Amino acid sequence: MSAYSVTEPSRASKSIAAVLVVVYAIITLLPLLWIISTGFKSGPDSISYPPKVLFEPSLEGYVNLFTTRTRIGAEQFAALPPPETWYDEIVRQSGTVIAGPSRFGERFMNSVIIGFGSTALSIFLGTLAAYAFSRFKVPLKDDLLFFILSTRMMPPIAVAIPIYLMYRELGLSDTHLGMILLYTAVNISLAVWLLKGFIDEIPREYEEAALIDGYTRFQAFRKVVLPQAATGIASTAIFCLIFAWNEYAFAVLLTSGKAQTAPPFIPTIIGVGGQDWPAVAAGATLFLLPVMIFTILLRKHLLRGITFGAVRK
Amino acid sequence: MAEVVLSHVSKSFGAARAVRDVSLTIPDGAFVVLLGPTGAGKTTTLRLIAGLERPDSGDIAIGGASVVQDMPAQRDVAMVFQQYSLYPHLSVRDNLAFPLRSPVINMAEPDIAKRVQAVADALRIGHKLDNKATALSGGEMQRVSIGRALVRQPRIYLMDEPLSSLDAKLRADLRVELKRIHAELGATFLYVTHDQIEAMTMATHVGVLDRGGLVQFGTPRQIYVDPVSTYVASRLGQPRITLLPAGTFGPGAPAGATQMGLRPEHIVIGEGQPATVRRVERLGDQTRLHLRLGPHEIVTLADPHTPLATGDSIAIRPQTPLWFDASGTRIQG
Repeated sequence: MSAYSVTEPSRASKSIAAVLVVVYAIITLLPLLWIISTGFKSGPDSISYPPKVLFEPSLEGYVNLFTTRTRIGAEQFAALPPPETWYDEIVRQSGTVIAGPSRFGERFMNSVIIGFGSTALSIFLGTLAAYAFSRFKVPLKDDLLFFILSTRMMPPIAVAIPIYLMYRELGLSDTHLGMILLYTAVNISLAVWLLKGFIDEIPREYEEAALIDGYTRFQAFRKVVLPQAATGIASTAIFCLIFAWNEYAFAVLLTSGKAQTAPPFIPTIIGVGGQDWPAVAAGATLFLLPVMIFTILLRKHLLRGITFGAVRK
Repeated sequence: MAEVVLSHVSKSFGAARAVRDVSLTIPDGAFVVLLGPTGAGKTTTLRLIAGLERPDSGDIAIGGASVVQDMPAQRDVAMVFQQYSLYPHLSVRDNLAFPLRSPVINMAEPDIAKRVQAVADALRIGHKLDNKATALSGGEMQRVSIGRALVRQPRIYLMDEPLSSLDAKLRADLRVELKRIHAELGATFLYVTHDQIEAMTMATHVGVLDRGGLVQFGTPRQIYVDPVSTYVASRLGQPRITLLPAGTFGPGAPAGATQMGLRPEHIVIGEGQPATVRRVERLGDQTRLHLRLGPHEIVTLADPHTPLATGDSIAIRPQTPLWFDASGTRIQG
């Protein structure tokens, strides 16, 4: 048990701490606020200087994000029937018409499939490997663990060229499977090391009790170890997802079409009809949401599974 | 229920020899207590029978068939761990039901509910069934862990100092309870402890372990009156046996004997050599006398209401003492 102070902090030190936390929160959240607010600005508002704090909200950025538009001649424009939908109306205000949906939806789905797919695979493989390293006599265990860790000692992009060539030969370039495998390969070392730490903390007696109570090793793992490792699994999953979700360099290099993820796609929005900052900001805002939701959903698991007191030390 | 036979079982952990060449037969329906200090190999012996450890050599048979190659689940044994080992993510009810839901037993839920309730009531934790396992006191946790073994009817119950962390009152109650369960079920028990009262009150057989080896096996009475060595003799008896040089009370020692062991019943007060009373401990139902005889300390029992006080002088003589040679081995007198 760790030591703790029995004296209550004074009012003054509490206030200082509160002020520091608030200031720090503002500094970290400011760019986020800037992105979110820019997404709701009109084109001119988004580049006005000094930046507008108060502005008339507009969904132009979001409409532009999800559509492609064309500029047509004034006569043709005048001859158009009145706009049928609210987004038609928004587009017409800038003298353009909707030509079709953009690829953002697809790219976003690619990110979801690849991000969550590789997270699930990393956790699945990582938990089994971590359990084996934690409980069994694996030959050369320390060397293997070091080898696994060593894959993180260089930036993954250092091996970009061999991977690019390998993927081209194997037909894995620009495929969901290829990207899932790649991100899993990068994440697995983190997953094994983090999860091994969590599983090491779970006393063996629980599994031994389950073995005697009539369960096989794997059933004991599933019914006794996994529920108690929930905390570790949740936090490891968050780390894995954040990496896979945000990864940019490999995504640029290895995907161009059907498996392209959102990070390399969002910057390409800029090029359509001038610098469309609200659309970029809208894309970035939507891109933030899944990781945020995932983290909030798993938050309760981060507090669960505290085994304190169940085994006499 | 079944007979358990260990033949020449050895187990080492690295250089440490935890169990060496132990041969032991636990008769069907017996209550065998393994007695010994920490590190004597008691827990390892239990774990070998349970299948949590594999012997380096030797064989273990339950009900006539070797189980050395079997997984713990196949051996049909129940075990109570010293450290409770309750599943912290489950309620008390689910902890107790856990063995009954295993693939080897797979009992129907209504039957499970009945059994769990019955065992919980017997151990007086019926009102705690819906608590989280972690929200219990130490004594309650240990009762749940005993209960988790008792919901089953395994071939043998293995218990690793199950009462060591309980308070004296509860310990006495559970001793009686375990003994009752043993008598009612006719179950076979292997029980590890370093508490001689538990050994004397519950056991049908006692095995005394010393540094991994089984030094004596027999009924509690046999172990007490007929110990094979000073080590065994000092395991049982309150106050402990007093060891003195063989010639302390003059000649009469058998050939080879260098030590004499005196339990309180081997000391006659009122005649013989003079000794000084150093201290009188009045425990209520008994009174202990700490005596000084020349350079030696002797602890014995006196009448509970004895008028003796510190500084008094009394005469004592030995009566049919136990004799041991220089290595501590018993010599029949």
